[in-house]
Amino acid sequence: MTTDSTLERAAGTNLGETLVQVRDLKMFFPVTEGAIIPRVIAHVKAVNGISFDIKKGETLGLVGESGCGKTTTGRCMLQLETATEGAIYYDGQDLTKLTKQEMRPLRQRIQVIFQDPYSSLNPRMKIGEIISEPMMVHKTEPDAAARDKRVRELLAVCGLNPKFADRYPHEMSGGQRQRVGIARALAVRPEFIICDEAVSALDVSIQAQVINLLEDLRDEYDLTYLFISHDLSVVRHLCQRVAVMYLGNIVELAETDELFDNPMHPYTQALLEAVPIPDPTIEKARAHRVITGEIPSPMNPPPGCVFHPRCGIAVDECKKLVPEFREVKPGHWVACSQV
Amino acid sequence: MEKLLEVKGLKTHFFTSGGVVKAVDGISYDVAPGETVAVVGESGCGKSVGAMSILRLIPDPPGKNMGGEILFQGRDLLELSDAEMRDIRGRDIGMIFQEPMTSLNPVLSIGRQLTETVEHHLKVSRKQAMERAIELLGLVGISEPERRLKQYPHHLSGGMRQRVMIAMSLACEPKLIIADEPTTALDVTIQAQILELMKNLTRELGVAMIIITHNLGVVARYADRVNVMYAGRIVESGTAEEIYHNPKHPYTLALLRSVPRMDQPRGAKLEPVDGQPPDLTKLDGGCAFRPRCRFATESCAQAQPVLEEVAPAHISACFEKDRVGLTAGVTA
Repeated sequence: MTTDSTLERAAGTNLGETLVQVRDLKMFFPVTEGAIIPRVIAHVKAVNGISFDIKKGETLGLVGESGCGKTTTGRCMLQLETATEGAIYYDGQDLTKLTKQEMRPLRQRIQVIFQDPYSSLNPRMKIGEIISEPMMVHKTEPDAAARDKRVRELLAVCGLNPKFADRYPHEMSGGQRQRVGIARALAVRPEFIICDEAVSALDVSIQAQVINLLEDLRDEYDLTYLFISHDLSVVRHLCQRVAVMYLGNIVELAETDELFDNPMHPYTQALLEAVPIPDPTIEKARAHRVITGEIPSPMNPPPGCVFHPRCGIAVDECKKLVPEFREVKPGHWVACSQV
Repeated sequence: MEKLLEVKGLKTHFFTSGGVVKAVDGISYDVAPGETVAVVGESGCGKSVGAMSILRLIPDPPGKNMGGEILFQGRDLLELSDAEMRDIRGRDIGMIFQEPMTSLNPVLSIGRQLTETVEHHLKVSRKQAMERAIELLGLVGISEPERRLKQYPHHLSGGMRQRVMIAMSLACEPKLIIADEPTTALDVTIQAQILELMKNLTRELGVAMIIITHNLGVVARYADRVNVMYAGRIVESGTAEEIYHNPKHPYTLALLRSVPRMDQPRGAKLEPVDGQPPDLTKLDGGCAFRPRCRFATESCAQAQPVLEEVAPAHISACFEKDRVGLTAGVTA
């Protein structure tokens, strides 16, 4: 059940130095008009100035609804997008300033697990080839026999039969494919893995298997995760700290227990109330207050606090002033002027 | 209590090149007027096929009804002609599909899609139908209904489209609505809005509902009774309280222990069920859950367990049901 190490980690006591520092990250996508001579008519402000740290050995959760910028944040950290502004320090180096060549050794240390186990595996490659490809690219196992051995080891670690190395992705179920995606991420012995909705596409019983696998791997290989998800119960289960995003901004950041027991931002409170609990007795007793309205377009976000049109406690000031992201308690950060 | 819908021994099989898929293999349940019944299970357990079969929306071939009765207000829907069935769909039984993106017609305005159903079933004029459409959009909480009527589905967000779907399903004051994963594609805050809306409307209008979902939280918030399906059969059925507090089938127990819960202390490991759901073309004569079951004994391979009462209004199909319970260690 609960191990000492997970409890310690939850308390944040044995956490080492900072591994990742994101500072004022902005990612704007241009919206163009005109087929021959495209003109930029607007920008989608997918990520609009966010800052956070990830410590070594920590799992940081990044939650929010569709279009809040959580996936874009992950893609910027992987250098799959070139950030518009801001810095991403990984072990002291600013990734946004590196050339492709300089980035290459870091790509071995930073890996990713994608959401869709169907489209993230090449259907024409055998499972063994898929898992050994990163080892070839990074030349971590130059010897073919050693590579094959490692593929079989990785499959076993991820709970798959080593014989699957000779199969193709279409021969496997969604849960098995996601395990292949995890084995591929582990192949080059990374220290940091970005899990982008890694369990969202799976059925509940399979989802629980993969969550347990991610936990076991974290303990065994001292991994650091950025866990991007819209599922608050899964994030609460897996993460030590959680950042809540809304419309390109982080609105609240705290240790998991603090965030879930004492949510301060009205958006976080609304999110938590919206999650149904699998117990009819509790559900009958809950007052289901629902926030109204929908998420505004990130092309034209509201002025001032981006949440004010849906917020129950907004005052006039919220329509004009962007709230400061401030530390209201040690380790508990909120972007709301009314807290 | 008088029954609105009685499904008796329904079987829907698919004849594919890979063999016969017994997607729904003899399910029986009933729905009382105004009641909300949830059907839960994982992908491929037959929950959607079972619901589509009620409306006779399974394409034939490859699907085929292989027996059973579907009594709706006493009439067997399987005996009706196609024309009679068309009169029931959309008028007496409404439908809400999972994908609000693909289930609305992209080339028809919202107004036309709403009025089409109303005009067809209620035989009213275009103008009266328009008035009804405006009323319906107001009912589901869409602002400026007159303007929205002229818009097309691509103008609307996912949550808005799902509201339009709900308006369409309510258009002819049905007795029953079948909702297939109505909130799965939506964000949590929008999901909460839609669920509240559906709950309030079904209560106010006294509409019965069959809600198909894999989300155990949605079921707990919403349903009066729950059917748990596995490999084409109902393995457990009872009131929501009984199913959640006193599960008597190992699969139900495993499902409940697979989801992390917000109301429980953190740090506890999840206890998922091992293995994969079975291949529906290769089922043998034993219990389909046996290979993944921690309570399985030799007798489970011999015959398929049938649903038997374990408590009032609570049935389970398991030979070992007396050993199954929340207090029983899953690892035992």
